[in-house]
Amino acid sequence: MYQFSGKLKMLAIVLMAVGLLGTGYSFFSAPKTLEEAKEILAKQDAHHGGHEAKADHADVEHKEEAKVENHQEDSTTEEHVADSTATHTEEVAHNVEQDHSEEATENTQAQDSSAVHVAEDTTTDEAHETTTEAHAEVAAHGEDHGEAHAEHALHQMQNRPWSALYVALLFSLGITLLVLAFYGSQIVAQAGWSVVLHRVMEAISSNLHYVSLAMLVFLILTAMHMNHLFTWMGEGVTDPTSPNYDAIVDGKKWWLNTPGWLIRSIIYLTGWNVYRFLIRKWSLAQDNGDLKQHKKNYNATVIFLVFFMLTESMASWDWIMAIDPHWFSTLFGWYVLATFLVSALTVIAMVTIYLRSKGVLPLVNDSHIHDLAKFMFGFSVFWTYLWFAQFMLIWYADMPEETTYFLLRFNEYKVPFLAMVGMNFIFPVLLLINSDFKSMPWFVILGGVVILAGHYIDLFVMVMPGTVGGQWGFGIGEISGLLFFTGLFIFATFSAFAKANPVPKGNPYLHESETYHYYNIEHRGEDSNHH
Amino acid sequence: MSTNKVIHALYNDDDILMDAVKKVKAENHHIEEVFCPFPVHGLDKAMGLAPTRLAITAFLYGITGLSVAVWLTWYTMIADWPQDIGGKPNFSWAANMPAFVPILFELTVFFAAHLMVITFYMRSKIWPFKEAENPDPRTTDDHFLMEIPVEGSEEELVSLLETTGAVEINVVETH
Repeated sequence: MYQFSGKLKMLAIVLMAVGLLGTGYSFFSAPKTLEEAKEILAKQDAHHGGHEAKADHADVEHKEEAKVENHQEDSTTEEHVADSTATHTEEVAHNVEQDHSEEATENTQAQDSSAVHVAEDTTTDEAHETTTEAHAEVAAHGEDHGEAHAEHALHQMQNRPWSALYVALLFSLGITLLVLAFYGSQIVAQAGWSVVLHRVMEAISSNLHYVSLAMLVFLILTAMHMNHLFTWMGEGVTDPTSPNYDAIVDGKKWWLNTPGWLIRSIIYLTGWNVYRFLIRKWSLAQDNGDLKQHKKNYNATVIFLVFFMLTESMASWDWIMAIDPHWFSTLFGWYVLATFLVSALTVIAMVTIYLRSKGVLPLVNDSHIHDLAKFMFGFSVFWTYLWFAQFMLIWYADMPEETTYFLLRFNEYKVPFLAMVGMNFIFPVLLLINSDFKSMPWFVILGGVVILAGHYIDLFVMVMPGTVGGQWGFGIGEISGLLFFTGLFIFATFSAFAKANPVPKGNPYLHESETYHYYNIEHRGEDSNHH
Repeated sequence: MSTNKVIHALYNDDDILMDAVKKVKAENHHIEEVFCPFPVHGLDKAMGLAPTRLAITAFLYGITGLSVAVWLTWYTMIADWPQDIGGKPNFSWAANMPAFVPILFELTVFFAAHLMVITFYMRSKIWPFKEAENPDPRTTDDHFLMEIPVEGSEEELVSLLETTGAVEINVVETH
């Protein structure tokens, strides 16, 4: 039996306490009035200095479709530089709030800021000057424009502590849920190798109760308009007489309405938790070796997996895709699934390596670690495949109503957006391709840390642009959210692991798992003749 | 002067063969070759064969394929004739990179797979019309054959092999 050490418990409690304090601070320090928001904006302007400050107000839209042929005809001196082609355009459009921007987008491709239309053909160097002129025009448009901008920024700043908490919460919930789903897949596939890991996966999935509760509270607060994460919940959005009326959202209100959204969310959370409760209870009951119990677990898991695949997809629409209600993508559910699945496998591997180093998993050998690392590798590639399939199809067709999603991410979140591809694809592929490396615990931990960080960033880039837009950062709020849910995870996992026998001794595949060996790797400290 | 004799010990079970290989290795005899009708797990480890480096060559071939694909797309689409095709950016390779990824991927896999297979053929010396090197046709059906060159006492070796459960032991003159 495993003993949840006092030290680790203390660490978990400290993490949760620090996380709570930090989260409280980030809520407290968010601006409450328009004046405070303006003050912060003024500070940002001062920080950024001349040109960028202007760019804040009037992001230059570098239109890629600038006609090259025309340029070559009527300009002999101009040089075209790769990503910043000359901007052609005519007049200054007004600043559009993102909530309303989509209609405008169809014409101007404006995204969350004003689009600048410039009269003459310009080279890249000239574009700066033109921007300045355009900015002057923006200013001349009057006070109401600046007012609207400040109000927009205020909403984003007020959203930031909520979003910071939400990303960490979703990350924790998603990982825990996918550990449970992976566990289910092992039961249904009658996988022989992973039986010695069953109790580890069960222990991790006990975190589901806690994060589901946190999620439920969060969803109810959101439905009570405590935050503005979901613009389609806003006042008057579906009312044609309101200035906030949004025809696109109105067309989607049969799905995107607050009561339906809340009821669906409760159904998902309840379904997952009921399965987790039953399978844990029945798995412990199976320790007597009853094969009838084994079949019952199998049947329940088949039903759960069908339910899971449906609800996971819908939950990713409701909880993540609905943040950008004008945008949709058909493979979004699988993409979210892949993000959480690879993170879940990484977490299983890390917890297993930790527990094995404490000597409480005597049956786990290097081959089990190797298999987990293979899954981490394989699903990292799978994630990349889905990420790229989504990105490339949208980039290739370049339809304005879809492209804005990536335009915003590429313009405002360039570093995390690109870093994530390196962390989630190039790094694991190069690190975990070697068979020997996959069985080395410290290597798997190293790869795992980068993969987890990469997928946190992935979720960050999914949620943040739609809620805080340009006002994003990685500060106390974001770190505190992560700390709190990490502490909760440690507490839930290890206290659950201490409550049961680490070996599911009634499982008919236990012996197969115990003697599982992958021949191609070196087993350190183990008898190589053991087979 | 080494002798020109080899001993062929035949077995009809892979478990017995594995034990025999371990026993012969323990007695410090060199095993020239083992012929099996199917792959026997762990035989290479028991014989002490060095691990294959085929996977490493495949990785290098994959990098080669990737480089070829990068060069091909860059030269044809960007350097040689940068035509505006449906508004796709062709100012630099990076600007149009997503459109090239399917080619990059496929050529990487193509090079890695085919060159690795050809490497395998060459290293294991198999090709069409190659003369089979089977010492006994039963090894392709249901018998396992261990070939040991005779160095030193022939009788000693034969008596050792007899204790390993061999169903047949032949001393063969090689030429």
